[in-house]
Amino acid sequence: MVWEWVPRNVDRIVELLGEHLLLSLVPVLIALVFAVPLGWLANRSAPARAVLIPASGLLYTIPSLALFVMLPGVLGTQIKSPVNVIVALTIYTVALLVRTIADALAAVPSMVVAAATAMGFKPARRFVSVELPLAVPVLVAGLRVATVANISLVSVGALIGLGGLGGLFTDGYQRNIPSEILTGIVLTVLLALLADAVLLAAGRFATPWDRARRSGA
Amino acid sequence: MKRTSPLLTGALAALLALSACGGGSDPLAPSGGGEEPAPADTLTITSADFPESQLLAEIYAQALEKAGVSVQRDFNIGAREVYFPGLNDGSYDLAPEYTGVLLQYINPAATETAPDAVYEALKTQVPAPLTVLERSEAENKDAVVVTAETAQRYGSSLADYGQACGELVFGGPPEFQTRPDGLPGLAETYGCTFTEFRPLDTGGPVTVAALADGTVQAADLFTTDPAIEENGFVVLEDPQNNFAAQNVVPLINSAKATPQVTEVLNAVSGKLTTEGLIDLNRQLNAPEKPEVNTVAEAWIAENGL
Amino acid sequence: MNILAEVMTWLTSGANWTGSSGVPIRVLEHLYYSGLALLLGLVIAVPIGVAVGHTGRGSFLVVGAANGLRALPELGLLILLVLAMGIGLLPVVLALSVLAIPPLLAGTYAGVRNVDRSVVDAARGMGMRESQVLVRVELPNALPLVLGGVRSAALQVIATAAVAAYVSYGGLGRYLIDGLRQQDYAQMASGALLIALLALAVEAVLALLQRAVVSPGLRDGGRRSPTVDVARPAPDSSPTPRTPAPELAGVER
Repeated sequence: MVWEWVPRNVDRIVELLGEHLLLSLVPVLIALVFAVPLGWLANRSAPARAVLIPASGLLYTIPSLALFVMLPGVLGTQIKSPVNVIVALTIYTVALLVRTIADALAAVPSMVVAAATAMGFKPARRFVSVELPLAVPVLVAGLRVATVANISLVSVGALIGLGGLGGLFTDGYQRNIPSEILTGIVLTVLLALLADAVLLAAGRFATPWDRARRSGA
Repeated sequence: MKRTSPLLTGALAALLALSACGGGSDPLAPSGGGEEPAPADTLTITSADFPESQLLAEIYAQALEKAGVSVQRDFNIGAREVYFPGLNDGSYDLAPEYTGVLLQYINPAATETAPDAVYEALKTQVPAPLTVLERSEAENKDAVVVTAETAQRYGSSLADYGQACGELVFGGPPEFQTRPDGLPGLAETYGCTFTEFRPLDTGGPVTVAALADGTVQAADLFTTDPAIEENGFVVLEDPQNNFAAQNVVPLINSAKATPQVTEVLNAVSGKLTTEGLIDLNRQLNAPEKPEVNTVAEAWIAENGL
Repeated sequence: MNILAEVMTWLTSGANWTGSSGVPIRVLEHLYYSGLALLLGLVIAVPIGVAVGHTGRGSFLVVGAANGLRALPELGLLILLVLAMGIGLLPVVLALSVLAIPPLLAGTYAGVRNVDRSVVDAARGMGMRESQVLVRVELPNALPLVLGGVRSAALQVIATAAVAAYVSYGGLGRYLIDGLRQQDYAQMASGALLIALLALAVEAVLALLQRAVVSPGLRDGGRRSPTVDVARPAPDSSPTPRTPAPELAGVER
């Protein structure tokens, strides 16, 4: 195991790390924009739910490499384009989050919703100030899973030339440098655990009313 | 959770229908120009995805930079099938190439095999806007390589094999199955059809390991690979020249081949030798795995370029 | 339009369905690697999940392990194992089974853990020994979530088995990798479509299996994900939802 390889190549590692962060986090942000309204719709109307939930399941079933390869044919992008990878990961994240959000909203007790309506909350404000905050714990759980999955999936993009830290895997494979591959694995896992911890903390921060229950539990 | 099957099929059909309205553009074509198109006087250098190609490209790059030319590197693209379209459409300007295989890629019916014949044919047949500069004496050929035991048992020349190939498993890069001098060429020239083809890597560590441990009995390796000597492998002789001469040569966009650039690259070609290539590969493979640019830098300094 | 036409041409050309690199062989190879990996994953994950779920001890280890393993990049692990062990069956099965373990562990643990306590008490009250409680009460009741974990794991493994072609294995991924190297987009897209279809088919079969095996008394429309089921067994019965088990997010129901 050639450990000197690592300090010699810090620049390249940092560059790939940046690319990895971009490719895994941007899809999550974009996905939230689509998933919240879709999840709301699925929760609200049974026919919408009957279409959206199976469709999400269907999309999530498609293996990542397959999606990376098929999307260019559908979108007209290049295989090696970052747009391709970002769109594919956004689709996965939306598929995962729509179900999570729909279920999270369904979990909000109808008594609370009724109370809010009785207090005079208009539907939009009720959604934003009451339903959504109460849905946060389940939403954060889904976000954590989606983010960790994305961070792991981005490296598969290395097979088509764009994989963030995955580039360390393909290069290490061609030149037989296990330390390079191990570095890539360790960094990917660390990145995922860090993102997971950050989201967990953010979720706790966003639900102060749960603190009493949590410290007592 | 119950999913109604009509929904499944409906959604799948929708996905397929969507692909019908996909753009006509080829998803495998390189992104013409990339996100930041290089300025007109910058040379974009590319390489195939095996270490020697990368090394040669890096040598070109450093030699050109030393002469004051501005270069952009985009290495490790893939097999020739992948980066050649990029050279053709201007996404890349320069790549290190090997005369014989390049000629056969451009013209699968080419029959030339001797170094000069191949080079002359190449010069006339390279499609515009590309051209080749002076070729080097250095040569790195594909070869069918076997272990010492196999050579003892069946022979040390491809002419000895013929029917015997049917008892052997062959390993090589995936494109070896379709290249003119790959499996089709071996079948035609020597009547050699292997019982199975296992796609491995491009003459890299996996192929060496597979040959050494018997996963495959014959493999496509490069003649400048130090692993051949290290493992006691035998390069099968090729009396009928299935593999044409493969001298190193720069493939460049004619518009970018200014007199200065041409001079630098020809000088590099002049200094490259087959022995030198083997030594460079040995350095790259050394246990401490030096970086490509370090090895390239050392070679340039040594050769006074 | 031309992409679809090219894929159709590739799929309907007889040459691609015969021989050692034809579609049927590739599908079988794919299922072979995936099946072995899933089996290994079951052998490892189920006992641990059951033990931890039943005794309740070491639960944070299980959750931590499941989360940590989910973060492991599949391609990197596979390449590392192949460089270390060469191209054989063992590296690919090991790498794939590492992927199968998190959902199996999460599903088994959550399934056993979330069996209604009153049912378990009743069983103990009836005089059943611990082992009987486990086998005759907890496991059957845990089956929906356990099978959900199996479905998740199966999908993960099939998806990753496609990647194994990069390190010289067979399976449907070969069309993706070879197509990329030969610049044959029709081959790549056909391979991608076949992989997606295989994943869907396996998912459908497992869903049927789940329906057949799970006791009728446990089947509820199943429209809600386990994240919610764990928090609220029945709608509107509690004023505030408990935070559902995070390790269950993403586990297929």
